[in-house]
Amino acid sequence: MLDKNGIAKRIAKEVKDGYYVNLGIGIPTLVANFVRDDISVEFQSENGVLGMGPFPFEGEEDADIINAGKQTITTLPGASFFDSATSFGMIRGQHVHLTILGAMEVAENGDIANWKIPGKMVKGMGGAMDLVASAENIIVAMMHTNRDGDSKLLKRCTLPLTGVGCVTKIVTNLAVLEVTDQGFKLLERAPGVSVEEIKNATEGRLVVDGDVPEMRI
Amino acid sequence: MINKKVANVADALKGVEDGMTFMLGGFGLCGIPENAIDELVQLGIKDITCISNNAGVDDFGLGLLLQKHQIKKMISSYVGENDEFERQMLSGELEVELTPQGTLAEKCRAAQAGFPAFYTPAGYGTEVAEGKETREFDGKMYVLEPAFKADFAFVKAWKGDEAGNLIFKGTARNFNPCMCGAATITVAEVEELLPAGSLDPNQIHIPGIFVQRIFQGRKYEKRIEQRTVRQKA
Repeated sequence: MLDKNGIAKRIAKEVKDGYYVNLGIGIPTLVANFVRDDISVEFQSENGVLGMGPFPFEGEEDADIINAGKQTITTLPGASFFDSATSFGMIRGQHVHLTILGAMEVAENGDIANWKIPGKMVKGMGGAMDLVASAENIIVAMMHTNRDGDSKLLKRCTLPLTGVGCVTKIVTNLAVLEVTDQGFKLLERAPGVSVEEIKNATEGRLVVDGDVPEMRI
Repeated sequence: MINKKVANVADALKGVEDGMTFMLGGFGLCGIPENAIDELVQLGIKDITCISNNAGVDDFGLGLLLQKHQIKKMISSYVGENDEFERQMLSGELEVELTPQGTLAEKCRAAQAGFPAFYTPAGYGTEVAEGKETREFDGKMYVLEPAFKADFAFVKAWKGDEAGNLIFKGTARNFNPCMCGAATITVAEVEELLPAGSLDPNQIHIPGIFVQRIFQGRKYEKRIEQRTVRQKA
């Protein structure tokens, strides 16, 4: 089973040379720490920066330079700043190659819910609806089950949707799965996790095709 | 040169009234029009509608207007950092229209650029699209979103000149340029207001035609929401 850093480490393998990548808040943010340093990648933050770097050294924080999680950041050589309409032009216009975000629920048809629990939690969708409606390559980073042990990979989402039929891949603490016409196709198992355990934690249709390899991270 | 300079924040906000709709730039607390917000609190005007990506925190930014119950309706994309906001929303005191962030930016830009509406894929198939016109283009579904209409836009820039030209700094740019010229009157506050001719025309982000009034802010707190640092090795 993977922890949050393990999930981020596995997703980092999906980041290819020459990619512009948008990272959501939470586990996705950690992905930047594990991307190979022999490839060229630029991270976009939808509040208006391309070429995001690591956190600043203490005392060097600049209130005018933050990421979409409102954290102080730095920029790398080649970085640029731009306004919000331009930022979402990059996203809607499919200039960003890969979007990695968290979710509360994903359905077997690729629907995603991650912005609202009616009556309980309403934080808003931020840029998530624009990102999932536009990006061609969307990877969800999340735990396989919620705190009560219920599956987050469902036949149909129960929470208000963020986007329909958009998720391509899911990396959880238990597995790597691909969204296909037949349902969640199991691609890899987390170290020490059996196919049976993944089946039990997946409410939606799970497609197991032959021997499923253990992931290498 | 058409001079847009006004003496102070009080002159800049002349004409604001109860029940008006305002656009306010900023992302989180980054690049918010701090001086205009303070003045709105002082003026005590009520029943206002605010178009702003976020709603501030409890004791800063738009949170100051929320505390005094001056806001009737918020149009935002993300409001997670404000307990008072959540309380007023769940109790029904505050009307909230949550809008995808890219749609929010484009609804400003459309108003600025004279488009009555535009199609976007964001929100299709979700409750955001309920009751809205949808249309297929090249096999993909889109939602028709109208441009915003607002009485005042309050934006904050780094440097400006008397002609109303603006230059922004870092990610404090965010929604500010999109809101310039998107309301009947655009009020720009800047950290440094310079005579016309001081800024290189090649470096202007927003031309003064989009700005009706400009003033130099008295002070900027520039509060940081999430101070994240790394240690020197």
